[in-house]
Amino acid sequence: MSTDTLARIAGKQEAVDALPLMTARDVHVYYGQKHALKGVSIDITRENVTAFIGPSGCGKSTFLRCFNRMNDTIDNARVTGRIELEGQDIHAPEMDVVQLRARVGMVFQKPNPFPKSIYENIAYGPRIHGLAATQQEMDEIVTRSLTRAGLWDEVKDRLQDSGTALSGGQQQRLCIARAIAVDPEVILMDEPCSALDPIATGKVEELIDELRGRYAIVIVTHNMQQAARVSQKTAFFHLGDLVEYDDTSVIFTDPKESRTRDYITGRYG
Amino acid sequence: MSTRAEALPAAPASGRPPTDWKSPDMVARVKRRYRSETIFRFIGLAALVFAVGFLALLLATMLRSGLSGFVQTQVKVSVELDPTLLELGSDRSGQALLNADYLSAYARGLRESLGPAGPDIASANGWTALREMVMADPTLLGRTVEIWVPARSAFDQYAKVGIDPDIPPELAPVSSEQIAAFERLSEQGRIRTSLNRTLLFSGDSTTPEAAGIWGAFIGSLLTIAVTLALAFPVGVLSAVYLEEFAPRNRLTDFIEVSINNLAAVPSIIFGLLGLAVFLNTMGLPRSAPLVGGLTLALMTLPVIVIAARAAIKSVPPSIRDAALGIGASRLQTVFEHVVPLALPGILTGTIIGVARALGETAPLLMIGMRAFIVDAPRSITDPATVLPVQIFLWSDNVDRGFVEKTSAAILVLLVLLLLINGVAIYLRNKFEQKW
Repeated sequence: MSTDTLARIAGKQEAVDALPLMTARDVHVYYGQKHALKGVSIDITRENVTAFIGPSGCGKSTFLRCFNRMNDTIDNARVTGRIELEGQDIHAPEMDVVQLRARVGMVFQKPNPFPKSIYENIAYGPRIHGLAATQQEMDEIVTRSLTRAGLWDEVKDRLQDSGTALSGGQQQRLCIARAIAVDPEVILMDEPCSALDPIATGKVEELIDELRGRYAIVIVTHNMQQAARVSQKTAFFHLGDLVEYDDTSVIFTDPKESRTRDYITGRYG
Repeated sequence: MSTRAEALPAAPASGRPPTDWKSPDMVARVKRRYRSETIFRFIGLAALVFAVGFLALLLATMLRSGLSGFVQTQVKVSVELDPTLLELGSDRSGQALLNADYLSAYARGLRESLGPAGPDIASANGWTALREMVMADPTLLGRTVEIWVPARSAFDQYAKVGIDPDIPPELAPVSSEQIAAFERLSEQGRIRTSLNRTLLFSGDSTTPEAAGIWGAFIGSLLTIAVTLALAFPVGVLSAVYLEEFAPRNRLTDFIEVSINNLAAVPSIIFGLLGLAVFLNTMGLPRSAPLVGGLTLALMTLPVIVIAARAAIKSVPPSIRDAALGIGASRLQTVFEHVVPLALPGILTGTIIGVARALGETAPLLMIGMRAFIVDAPRSITDPATVLPVQIFLWSDNVDRGFVEKTSAAILVLLVLLLLINGVAIYLRNKFEQKW
């Protein structure tokens, strides 16, 4: 990415939102010898759903996992550059990675509820972070989280059933409810619908739209229609570079870069 | 990643004729496939029958020679509990009752109620039953009591299998006069066959009719308890650390290889190690379940580590992601999510390791657990023996009564192992998670 593009993007960004919730500056990620992400800078705002799109292996999931330092769990991964949450460096020694992951929640590609009861799935996060002092407060958190995830009506009579007994779409919304329960500021979603059927996908997309504004949402997706439907900002990645970052409407109708245009029109694999 | 500018190359022109699925070649190929499947199925079945056959043969042999060990021929003896004969005097304290001369009273009872052949027919150890009776109820003193005592092993064998025709009469364990006396007693209703409580609830003895597995059984339980108490926590924690926390480097690779090698080391080597370290260097008591348990723990440890690592590895990474993703620490992730999910596998591996330790003989011989011990151990530092060693000791004995006991003890050990494996299967099914 050329410096003037960066300046243009940054300038535009500052004009729109005075205070981005998360910022990334010149982030590189290496997996052993492989240079997976090559100096990416971006601002994430609370008001918008941000979509990361791009062909497989372009580094979008890798970049997403930088925001809550999930790359720390990969043995040979190395991250450089600066990422800030509300102006605080997330790699600073005083930043506790456990608290960071509570503040920056994550939803994974494959629904991964704990093999425990639905109630326990939601209550686990608040319990380890001490968010509920009494059983009543915990009940409230569970009810509120499931309601926000649009799952309450479907599971209210069987909260003690196993979370793994739900359908795939319900499991994914349970995972979203689980992320919501610890009251995060950002929710990262790594291709949350790729394992779901179209109806379940529709429900998750509706849910993302409802959650917008309350949480900053970053979603990685392979599905360009999905990016167009749910996001207000779209970032296009290619071979570890952030090629273009702009309003979703601009990316899909009038992209500046030819590589973006080729991808949008289906000329990339 | 490339742009799809040019179209895919067109399908090759049909240069070869369409495949004929009905040609003789094809038909023969299908036939061959069916034939090889049939042959494989037959060979597999034959292998299974072979394996099950051997198992059945083993069980049948053990049952044939061992089942009779669970019953015992008993003789009814009338004994007069004369305080004078018991050398009791006027003292009726517990200590006096314990030390009274029951043997004389018993010997007289044998002669008077069974005739001159009595002492040859009834067990010499029968007087201990008198002591128990008097200790429990001192008012019996001065009265005549009737007790059933085990017959001597030779008569027990005579009652069960008759006279062995292969043994010449001059070498026979029982003479014809003794047999006549035994038959007379039988007609008087003084002989019966009953469940052999001695086998199950007595300690070892030099005479087969008084020997039992109780001491060895308790010794086995104590030894296994020590083994489990040491090997389970150490094994599981090592596995958790190696799998979840240890960095991947040459050192951990070396440790991994060493653990796998340890699991393959012959068990007698562990016995030598126990002898050198626990007995000679540390000076722990010889023949004790403590040392046996420590030695077997060393042997079981690698098995548990390997099983636990495999179980932990099989927990899907998505569960770790899920827990880390909502801000669980590594410790919380491991102990609240990964280990509980790995528990069925860990338990199965542990129980298999313990079952192996329970049947282990060689290393225990090295640390002196082959001593002749009559009493059941009361603590892990008392001298003791264990079931497989007891079987080994009895199998050395030529007395026919001990041959029967050996098989009976093997049956008990087999039942015990069966129970343990049953528990393993039950636990695995109960805790197994499906997702």
